Parts: sequence; C-alpha cells; structure tokens
Amino acid sequence: MMLTLENLSKHFGGVRAVDDVSLTIKEGEIFGLIGPNGSGKSTTVNLITGLYTPTAGTVSLDGWDLTALPQHSRTSRGVARTFQNIRLFGNLTVAQNLWVAQNGHEQRREHFLSRWFKPGGEHGPDIDELLQFSRLYSKRDVLAGNLSFGEMRRLEMARALASAPRVLLLDEPAAGASLEDAELLAERIRAVRDQGVTVLLIEHMMELVMGITDRLAVLNFGQKIAEGTPSDIQDDPQVRAAYLGSGHDEKMERASA
Amino acid sequence: MDFYLGLLQIIGVHTLLGLSAYVVLLTGQVSMAQAGFYAIGAYVAAMCTAMFGFHILPAILVAGFLTAAVACVVGFPALRVKGLMLVVATLAFGEMVRLFFFNFTWQVERGGELIGPNGAEGFRAIRFFPENGWEIWHVTGFIWIVVAVVMGALWWIDNTRAGAVLRAVGHDETAAQSIGLNLTAVKVGAMTLGGMIAGMGGGIYAHTVTHIEHLVFGVLLATFAIAYPILGGLGSVFGTLIAVIFIQGFLVEGLRFLGDWRSLLFGALIVLAMNFRPTGLLGERMPRIFKRRTGEKLELKEAE
Repeated sequence: MMLTLENLSKHFGGVRAVDDVSLTIKEGEIFGLIGPNGSGKSTTVNLITGLYTPTAGTVSLDGWDLTALPQHSRTSRGVARTFQNIRLFGNLTVAQNLWVAQNGHEQRREHFLSRWFKPGGEHGPDIDELLQFSRLYSKRDVLAGNLSFGEMRRLEMARALASAPRVLLLDEPAAGASLEDAELLAERIRAVRDQGVTVLLIEHMMELVMGITDRLAVLNFGQKIAEGTPSDIQDDPQVRAAYLGSGHDEKMERASA
Repeated sequence: MDFYLGLLQIIGVHTLLGLSAYVVLLTGQVSMAQAGFYAIGAYVAAMCTAMFGFHILPAILVAGFLTAAVACVVGFPALRVKGLMLVVATLAFGEMVRLFFFNFTWQVERGGELIGPNGAEGFRAIRFFPENGWEIWHVTGFIWIVVAVVMGALWWIDNTRAGAVLRAVGHDETAAQSIGLNLTAVKVGAMTLGGMIAGMGGGIYAHTVTHIEHLVFGVLLATFAIAYPILGGLGSVFGTLIAVIFIQGFLVEGLRFLGDWRSLLFGALIVLAMNFRPTGLLGERMPRIFKRRTGEKLELKEAE
C-alpha cells in the first residue's frame, strides 16, 4: 500500500468530475489512468496534489491522510507532478527551474541560510545529474521559455523529480510527442521507477500506456469502470464498449503485439 | 552644486522606494502600499532622532524593522487577494496610514520647543543633520552608501535560491505551489523585505527635508514607487535605479522649464514604455555582462 484514494469525489456544481473513485497504487509500480476526454483523470491528479479540495473522500500516502494538507506540504511528503499544459518558469533558466523545485523532505533539512541565501546552487551535483538524465545539460543556462516543446516536457518532468519525490504524477507526458520520443520517455519513466519512485501515468497514447504500466484503471464520466493489468483491460468488454469503441481496437492490438 | 547634490539625494531615497516595490513586484504583486510604508518609516525615524535623541543610523534601522513588522502583518490578509483586488487593498492601506498621520499628534518638549508629529500640521524640525554639522555632501554620501548596501543585498538575493523562488512565484503561482513552495510565506517574505527597504528610505527622506506631512505620502507617491520597477524592468536592481534617474533627474528636474506641463509627459511616457518596452527599459533578463560565465564544454559532457 502506497498511494490510496478512498471514495474520492469532486463535484463542480452538478457535474461529477470525479465520482466515488477508490484506487490503491502499490509502491514501485507504474500505474496507468486512462479514459476519454473529460472523464476526470486530470481532476484526480489535482485532487491528489491538493490543487482541488475533494467534495468527499480521502487521499493518503502510506497511511498518512493528505486530504487536509496544502499543496506545498504534500510535496515535502513526496508527491510531485507535471501538468497537462506545460507550466514552466519561463523567466528562469533550465537549471534554476530545478533549483527552485528542491523542496523535498530531505532538502528542507538543509540549514535555512545555505538553503535560501547561498548563490550558485543551481549548478549543484543533484541538478547536473538530473539534467543529464533528461538530456538537457547543454541547455542548463538557457531560459526555460526558449526551449523547444519536447525539451519543455522533459524539463517539467525533471523539475518534478527535483524534489526527490516518492510518487510522480505524470499528466499526459507524451501529448504531442512522436513515437520515438515516446519510447525515450518510456525508458525514462522505467528508469525513474527503478530508482524506487512510484509512477501514476495519465496518457492517451495507448502504445505507451499498454507498454509500460504494471496495472491501470479506466475512468469514464468520473467513475472507475475497470482496473487491472494491461491485458485484463484490453479484454474487458465494458472498457471496449464504454471507452475504446471500435476505432481503437487495432491500436490496442498493435500495442499488445 | 548644492542643487545637484540635492537632486542626488532625491534620486537616492526614491531608489530605495522603487526597490521596495521591486521586491514585491518580483513575486507578481502590484503593491500600492509602499508609500504607506515609506510614511511609517519617515515618522518613526524622525521621532527617534528629533524626540528621543537617537543617532541617524539606529533611527533608520528602527524605522526599517518596525515598518517590516507592519508590512508582514499587512501582508497576510492583503496577499490573499490578487491583481486588481490587491491594488485596491494596498491602496486602502496606504490611505489609512496617511490618514493616521493626519490625525496623529504626539509632541514632547525638547530645548524649549514642542517637537513631534502634530496632525495636519505635520512633523517639523527634524534637524538631525544641521544640528550635528553634516554638510550637504555628507548627507548625500550617507544616502548613497545606504542605497549601495541595499542594492548589493538585493543583488545578492537575486543570485540565490530565494531570488529564483521570488521570480518563480511571480511567473506562475500554480506551478510554484505544485513544486512545494509556500506561496503565502514567499509573498509575505517579499512584502516584509519591501517594507523594510521602504521604511529605511522614508526614514532618510524625513531627515533630508526636515519637515514631513501626511500629504506627501499619497497616491501619487505610491504610483511613483510602482512605476520605477515597472519602467526599469525586473531584470535586476539596476533597472529601478535607471528608471529613478530618468524620471526624477530628467522628467521632473531636467524638464522643469516646461512647468507643470511635464506631468503630462510622465503619463505619456508610461503609455509609450508599456507599448514599446513591456518588460521595462532594461528588460526582464539580467544584463549579459553581469552574468557569470559558465562552463564552455557542455556539449562534450553530454555526448558521453
């Protein structure tokens, strides 16, 4: 047991964006969350990170109830995320984007003065390592606003990793990426998992989701309609009927082949 | 010569006022409260020297810390609102401070005369400098030492993680929260630092003019305070300095032959600047010449 959502609901007026969803994501797992547009995937991420307050239900990490905590406290407990529409600090350099994100539990223990008022920390070893991992090292002093789209996506994931999280929430990291880019992304996600980070992946690109997730859940109209391994999900008639439709069948088969 | 030294003094204290708004503006908050902080600093420092016989240095420090405390307290409720609402809230605070000093009377007898704030009359005879034999160039030198120290400190902060965090919050609050930054702490911290700088600036101002009254600390001063960093740009502290030199040195003094018509130019200039240099005279980035050079062979390292 690692990240647990219990009967989580978020209603916007009469719209049930997330409706009574319960999930248990195990430690060291890559867990996929799929569903058609507007099915409540991003809302679920926003509930986990605390951007939204749930209408009902709880979010807990290792038995610790996070539901009442503000966003920044959840980060120090080990929750990090990326955004569906990239949100970088375009006025800071690539390295500074990672520097400001060093707000993990361990990092907060550093002495107040050296943590906040020591110049030059954006070129520290942790950050360099992360930049090389994300193939952004040569861009480290470039303003984040001047990066290409793919580089921005990589930087956003690196920024989420900069706080040394225990759970990484990726909201459509492959949106707009080519197939090769998606393969590199899959490699990076696996590498992150191999370092002990649990990953919650929201994605539309079926090749990616079916290829790397250990388990996944399907949302439709805010409700969880299925949960299981990729092959379970592909065989689930309810998922096929309610979500994938006939058009997606070939894609699913290609992915599983 | 005295005219130019006097002008330098004005530029110095206004630079402090502008820098106080600069710090807050880095976090994306447009604060109209800086004139209020400046007023508090002016009255407190003047009371310290004129009423209680402090030396100017501790008086300015007391003014700075007290104003910082006020800014911190004001920051909590004020920074819960954003954008235009924040402008209105801070404007209201500034007017509150002004009206407080309009009503505030507390005088003590020193050397056979009553000294201290006297409501609408203002606070007269803040004579630390003449009483202690400071020449005009001593005063000017003193002001610019303080300005240099404050600019140096802000330059330092700009190069640390604290500076990057201020800018991150100014760029995207949602993203800043998602990476674990406590927005309230960052914004209130910036407000407190800004309040301290404005308080010190006000404290010096009171002693250069020897007479202060509530009218000086109105909306116009608050507008000037926020106009400096907006016009100069948020790239570095030098943007604010250049904007102050431009506005006070050129527009206000240099164009004096135009009489009050030059006030019109000020408005026109802001409109022009916002159209042609939306990120300020010096832009949003730090000037390249000031940046430390970083490793050359980056490409090689990555290729491995």
